[in-house]
Amino acid sequence: HLATSLPLPSERDHLRPRIDMVVFMIDIKSKYSLKNVETSLAHVDASFFLGKVCFLVTGVGRVNACSIETNAICKLADTYCSPLLFCELELEGIRAATAQRLLRMLKICAGHIPGVSALSFVLLMRSSNDD
Amino acid sequence: ENADPQKTAFLLRKAWTLYSVTPLYGFCRGRLRDYSRLLSAFVAAEKQKGLAVEVGVELDIKVALSSLAELRGSELDQAALLVQLSSRSKASSRNSEDKLVWSGWFCSMFGDDLSENMPENFTCLPLFLTHGAERYTSLVGSWFQKTFDCCFRRLAISPLNLSWMVAMWAGCKLDRAASAVELVFSMPRLSQPLDISYAIHPEDAKALWDTVQKTPGEITQGEVDVFMDCLYAHFHRHFKIHLSAAKLVKVSTGVASAHCDGIVKILHSQYLPGVLMLLTELAVSQIQ
Repeated sequence: HLATSLPLPSERDHLRPRIDMVVFMIDIKSKYSLKNVETSLAHVDASFFLGKVCFLVTGVGRVNACSIETNAICKLADTYCSPLLFCELELEGIRAATAQRLLRMLKICAGHIPGVSALSFVLLMRSSNDD
Repeated sequence: ENADPQKTAFLLRKAWTLYSVTPLYGFCRGRLRDYSRLLSAFVAAEKQKGLAVEVGVELDIKVALSSLAELRGSELDQAALLVQLSSRSKASSRNSEDKLVWSGWFCSMFGDDLSENMPENFTCLPLFLTHGAERYTSLVGSWFQKTFDCCFRRLAISPLNLSWMVAMWAGCKLDRAASAVELVFSMPRLSQPLDISYAIHPEDAKALWDTVQKTPGEITQGEVDVFMDCLYAHFHRHFKIHLSAAKLVKVSTGVASAHCDGIVKILHSQYLPGVLMLLTELAVSQIQ
């Protein structure tokens, strides 16, 4: 399910299935997308930040078109204790690999992988980043 | 640092195309005359091969290499190197003057990051600026690449860096009535290209920057963000368009103007070192 911003329209609340994971997409070429994500974050329940939120930065293939400082995004991901993924949607290989990664994360968040919870997974990712 | 404004006047008000250059190997400052001769011969030889020729015009290309000792930042910087190509039409009389057809110059303005740990025999002049026909740029570039084993790359300027430039330059004090501060944005994902030009009175822009900047002489990313956000918010209030979703492609101020394709024009001699320092930094980060 795709949305341009949060909150989701409340009229459809009763029709919506359970939300297992939220991926916030930030286009490194658009300052506006970062601002949009920052405002939308306020509408997410705190429990989601225990491993069910992920930030995806797109457009990283073109260094010369970048409008956002990477540090700012890293700080945002840190503040919300959520993993940060970088990808370039225009390259098919990276697009497919990123989709697979997200799908794996989603399976964990939905509880389909026995023995691994969303929280334990995100802590695993955090500790490997700090090394 | 105390560049004689007379000597550097020719650098102003010209559109320079920017390149980053890796360090030159085996460059000897004392051999400039030799290099001029070798480059002349190279240009003539390429002309014989039928390259770089203007159809129907017989031109003799003269090459001159010179040092611009004043154009450097710190003691660690190499003095700038100027290359000029002039032509004298064979048909004209002996007294006719040479006409400058192309100029390019290598420079390093506080490029200490790059030159710090450079071994002997390497000369660091990371920024290359050219003005004139592209065919001469590639001739000169090829000769330098072959002779000094260096590598040229066009220096593009990202929207992030352009916003630094406009914030910095809009805040500069200019004694004469300055031209407007202009930002040009390109709208993404449209079938036909659409550019939006946003012009601000220079005094208003400077006043805005002055309220944002906390420490004179120091600029932080946060301050640049606040400055740009104010401009975006003002525009959105009037036109309901989010400029922050568009691509900033060109900025123009009374100090200098810069285009994302790596083209700059410096308008004020007082700020020449400052602008060159910023461009040197961009060139160095492209090399590293």
